[in-house]
Amino acid sequence: MIEAAGLVKDFKVSLGLFRGKAMLRAVDHISLTISEGETVALVGESGSGKSTLGRMILGLIPQTEGSLRYKGVELAQLKGEAWRSYRSAVQAVFQDTSASLNPRRTIQDSVSAPLIYNHGQPAGQARAESARILERVGLDPDIFSRRFPHQLSGGQRQRVGLARALASRPSLLVADEPVSALDVSVRAQILKLMIELQEQENLTMLFITHDLGVARWIARRVIVMYLGASVEEGATEDVFAHPYHPYTRALITAAPVPNPEHPRQVRSLKGDVPSPLTPPAGCRFHPRCPLAQPVCSERAPETVHISDTHGDHQAACHFASTT
Amino acid sequence: MSGAVLDVRRLVTQLHHRRSGWLPVVDDVSLSIDRGEIVGLVGESGCGKSMTAFSIMQLFPTPAARVAGGQVLFKGRDLLKLPPGEMRGVRGAGIGMIFQDPSTFLDPLLTLGDQIAEPLYAHQFAGNPRARTLELIEQMGLPDAPVLARRYPHQVSGGQKQRALIATAMACAPDLLIADEPTTALDVTIQAQILDLMLTLRAQSGAAILLITHDLGVVAEMCDRVYVMYAGRVVEQNSTAALFKAPRHPYTQGLLNSTISLETASKSLFAIPGTIPGLEGMAPGCRFAPRCPLAAQACREQLPELEPLDSGMAACFYTEQTARGNIWAQEGR
Repeated sequence: MIEAAGLVKDFKVSLGLFRGKAMLRAVDHISLTISEGETVALVGESGSGKSTLGRMILGLIPQTEGSLRYKGVELAQLKGEAWRSYRSAVQAVFQDTSASLNPRRTIQDSVSAPLIYNHGQPAGQARAESARILERVGLDPDIFSRRFPHQLSGGQRQRVGLARALASRPSLLVADEPVSALDVSVRAQILKLMIELQEQENLTMLFITHDLGVARWIARRVIVMYLGASVEEGATEDVFAHPYHPYTRALITAAPVPNPEHPRQVRSLKGDVPSPLTPPAGCRFHPRCPLAQPVCSERAPETVHISDTHGDHQAACHFASTT
Repeated sequence: MSGAVLDVRRLVTQLHHRRSGWLPVVDDVSLSIDRGEIVGLVGESGCGKSMTAFSIMQLFPTPAARVAGGQVLFKGRDLLKLPPGEMRGVRGAGIGMIFQDPSTFLDPLLTLGDQIAEPLYAHQFAGNPRARTLELIEQMGLPDAPVLARRYPHQVSGGQKQRALIATAMACAPDLLIADEPTTALDVTIQAQILDLMLTLRAQSGAAILLITHDLGVVAEMCDRVYVMYAGRVVEQNSTAALFKAPRHPYTQGLLNSTISLETASKSLFAIPGTIPGLEGMAPGCRFAPRCPLAAQACREQLPELEPLDSGMAACFYTEQTARGNIWAQEGR
């Protein structure tokens, strides 16, 4: 459904009043495909470029280089009606539910707006349908239709966010950290709802998260990003059970496990994520990598395909096949 | 008196609401922390865990909030009865505190070095404050102490800011460090570093830590003992090992079931039905009753007290049932 090849996004950033501007490469030659009905998780820490990639797929920002195709058609070539229908077929759910809903609109107005503007429904019909959609996301329309976002809890607002996305009858949902701001018990409710809706609507999903547990639970395939580049990709189970890239391994050992009997891992990862303005030469991970060799700082590693008893993987590491 | 550094007894903190008057955000909370112990305070947003910390430090906004009852015994002295001047002497010297978002607690116009040195000056540090500041920065695992001391908060990363904030809290070698969601705003690899740092500091200084978090993974890795809060009340208390192995309060069981981690990911996901009650119009009985599958008439009428069990304590009338295992197991998954 989505095919991206060599996708690059540069941002011009100001360094200060007299110091001119610099180029920040937020996404660096990412290629990915998302097939119909599939859920792909994009994981990484802040600044890894995962949200920028999501925004390019949503059509919110154009790419600097590379090709991005939806059902075989280059996005940049979509114009007029075709572009509008793409924007309605690809919908977003965001992390901050209070910022993504208009505080002056009732829930009903927010949910029925896409029906009116994207599907040309008359207002009355849109209101009736919005009530049905609210019911599908577990909100009683009699109670919630006339409420404003500030009268709702975070979990309820995220349900509204989902309802509004569904109102456009999307085929692809880009969910950018949809449960990160929610409490544990509410998070589980929303994730269950998302899975349920995905099955009912045959949605394709790009799920952006920093939480490996959530990624493992929701997605069949996972892409691990670091400083704008994809470092590892594969079936979720394989990647988490047998990570080939040292960064993936570090992420997994760093994630706290809610089991006191779980042996405390030795954390080898030192230092901070470098600034994307001045990414390290060679492999971007080498300053923090426990396996780093001289070659790592000289040459950027190629992505290698590894196919063994642990499934199919892609990892961008000089030592992927030896680890 | 036991070896408790901090002994909070039946603390009640109320917030004033325009229509409903005084509402209890912290309701009858008792907790104690021994020397060198790391105690977790867990719960979801709005359960009163941060307000408990603010009440201990008396940092809440007045007159919107007030402590309406109870004692906060720090090394035997009731902090609630101290005159403001003496309380100021406890804050920063006896008890250090760190917060979730270091940028809001660091002054953007002061260098990190000045901010780390500030408590030293405020509490009349005997030695050389400058040397101590550099020593603290090194102790926090930060490189190039003299350079970093001259940096401003916006020039360093989030992890470094949190380390600087920990340095200010540890500057006067407090007996107790209160850490309110110290790693929630950080990335996992940085979170791991900060947690490691807190364990090292505990080992070096012997300071007790009250760790407030919503992350059960962090609790499992860090804490010796845990208190679980729900809607302003402590519902369960136990050693970390026992709490994770055999939780006795239905809420704790539900919370553990709904936690998603790399280990539990393959199992099906569980969600506690319903939502946390608001402070207004709180029912008289057990606050978890509306969401609890065990709830009976008694639960809706009477508030269960924390009762000691063979291990730990739980505030539930049905601890016999919960002892037999996970009460949510039969519920729809």
